[in-house]
Amino acid sequence: MHAHDHSCPTCSGHGHPLIPEPHFKPLPGTGVPVIELQGVSFAYDEREVLSGVDLKIASGDFMAVIGPNGGGKTTLVKLILGLLAPKSGTVRVLGADPLSVRPAVGYVPQHALIQPSFPVTVQEVVLLGLRRQGGLLSRGRWPGYHARDKAKAMETLRMVDMADLATRRFDALSGGQKQRVLVARALVSDPALLLFDEPTSNIDPQGKVCLFDLLSALSSSITIVMVSHDLISASTRISSVAVVNRKLIQNRSRELTPAMLELIYGTHDASCPLDEYIKGMSSIFGQAGPRSSV
Amino acid sequence: MSSVLGMEFMQNALIAGLLASLACGVIGSLVVVNRQVFMAGGVAHTAYGGVGLAFFLGLPVLPCAVGFTVLAALIMALASFGRSERSDGIIGIMWAAGMAFGIILLDLTPGYNVDLMSYLFGSLLAVPRSDIWLMLLLDVFILAVVLLWYKDFLSLSFDMEFARSTGVPVRLLYVLMQVMTAVTVVMVIQIAGLILVIALLTIPPMLAELFTDSLWKTMALATLASLFFCLCGLTLSYQLDLTSGASIIAVATTGYVLAWGFKSLRRRT
Repeated sequence: MHAHDHSCPTCSGHGHPLIPEPHFKPLPGTGVPVIELQGVSFAYDEREVLSGVDLKIASGDFMAVIGPNGGGKTTLVKLILGLLAPKSGTVRVLGADPLSVRPAVGYVPQHALIQPSFPVTVQEVVLLGLRRQGGLLSRGRWPGYHARDKAKAMETLRMVDMADLATRRFDALSGGQKQRVLVARALVSDPALLLFDEPTSNIDPQGKVCLFDLLSALSSSITIVMVSHDLISASTRISSVAVVNRKLIQNRSRELTPAMLELIYGTHDASCPLDEYIKGMSSIFGQAGPRSSV
Repeated sequence: MSSVLGMEFMQNALIAGLLASLACGVIGSLVVVNRQVFMAGGVAHTAYGGVGLAFFLGLPVLPCAVGFTVLAALIMALASFGRSERSDGIIGIMWAAGMAFGIILLDLTPGYNVDLMSYLFGSLLAVPRSDIWLMLLLDVFILAVVLLWYKDFLSLSFDMEFARSTGVPVRLLYVLMQVMTAVTVVMVIQIAGLILVIALLTIPPMLAELFTDSLWKTMALATLASLFFCLCGLTLSYQLDLTSGASIIAVATTGYVLAWGFKSLRRRT
C-alpha cells in the first residue's frame, strides 16, 4: 500500500485501509478483458469523433487515456458506460453488453457537471451510488436509507479517508475532498471497474497527489481507467497508457511512443516551441520524444 | 378576527394558501436546486395562453390553464433536454409566444370583461371552493410522484450524468419535473399571479436551503416558510387593503433578506 508522508488538508496522509474485493469480477482464467472495443466509430450528427477504435484493457490495469479537448475522450467513456451506442463496431465490458453490467462499473464524472451548491451531506452523496434494486416503483427509490446502507456508506468513506466529514454539507468541502467523496460514491457498489472523466480538474496540486495515492491503493484490487487532458498528472503511477484523438493508440506500458505523441500534437519542426514542449512531456512518460518533421 | 375566519372566502383563501405552499415547497425546491428558475418563469408566462384559451372557449380557467401549461412545459422540456446551450432561447420563445397567444385570445373573446389584474397579480381571496378540490388533487399527484422517485430526483438533480450511468430514467423524470412545475405554477397563479409566481416558487426554497443539509428538509422547511408568508401576507392584505399576491411576496422577500442576514452574521461569529 502506497502512502505519502506529507501533511495534507485533503486527506490525513496516513495511507488507506485495504480495499475490499469487488463483487463483480471477470471470471478467473477466462482471459476476458475488462473492456474491449473493436472497430468502434461514433459521430455526433455528421461530425465523427471516434473512428475505428480498438482498445483492450485487462483486469488489474491502471490506464490513462489522454488526448486533447474534443479528441473523443468523454465519448469513449460514455460508450463504455453504455450511455452512447457506437455507429459501428462493438463495445464489451466484462465480456458483456455495457448496459447489462452497469452495477459493475463505478463512474466518477467531471466536477463541472455537478451542481456547485446543493443541500446534501457527504454521506448521502455516497448513498446515491448504491444501486436501487427492483423496478421503477420499488421502495428503494423512496426517501430514507436502510441502516445497512448507511453502514456501507461509512465503510466506503473510511476507505477514502473522509468518514470524519460524513455529516458535513458536500458543497463545504475543498475540490480534492469532493473528488474523494465522488470516488467513494463510485466505490460503494463494489465495482470491478472504476472509470474517471478528468479526475484532476478543479483540484489543487496537493489534492492531485492525494488523489493519485488513493487511486494507486485502489488499483491493487480494481481496474481503473481515467481519461484526462492533463498529461503530467496522468503520468504518475499508471501501468499503461492510450492516446485518443479521433483514432486511438494503446501501449501496454506507460511509455508514450512517437506515434502516440504525433496523434495528439501532430508533427512539428524542431524550431517550433511546441516541439520542446512535446519532448518535455515525453520525458515525463519515459520516452525519447516524437519524430521531428525535419 | 374569528368573524373574518368564519367567512367562506377567507377559509378558501387559507386552504388554497396551504395547498399552494405544499406545492411551492416541494417543486420550488427542485426548481431551485436544478437551477431551473428561468424555465419556471417561462412556464408561468406561457400559462397566460391557457387563461386566454379558457375565456375564449368559455371553459373553467384552472383546468384549462393546467392542461395548456402542462402541454407547453412538455414541449419546453423535450426541446431543451440535453441542449442546455440552447434551452434559454427555447424558453424565451415559449415565454413570449404563450403570453401573446393569451392576449390575442382575450382580445378576440366577445364581451370580455374579466379582471385581468387578478391573473397578473393574484387574488387569493377570490379562490372558489371548486378550485380547492382541484388543487388538492394536484398536490396529491405532486407528492406521490416526488415520494415514489425521491432518490432518483435527488440523484439527477445533484449529478445528472452519474444518475444516467446508474440507470435512473433521467429523461422521463426531467420531463415529469417540468410537468409538476407547470401544475404548481398554475396553482400559485391564483395566489400570487403569473408575474409574481416565480417569487413564491423560489424565495421559500432559497431561504430553506440556507439552513438545511438535505433535499427533503429543504422541501419541508420551504413549505412551512411559504405557508407562513401566505398567512402574514394575507393578514397584511386584509388589514391594509392591499393586493394579496403582492403583500405575500413583500413579506417573503423581507423574510429572505432577514434570514440571509442572520445566516451571514452567524458565519462571521
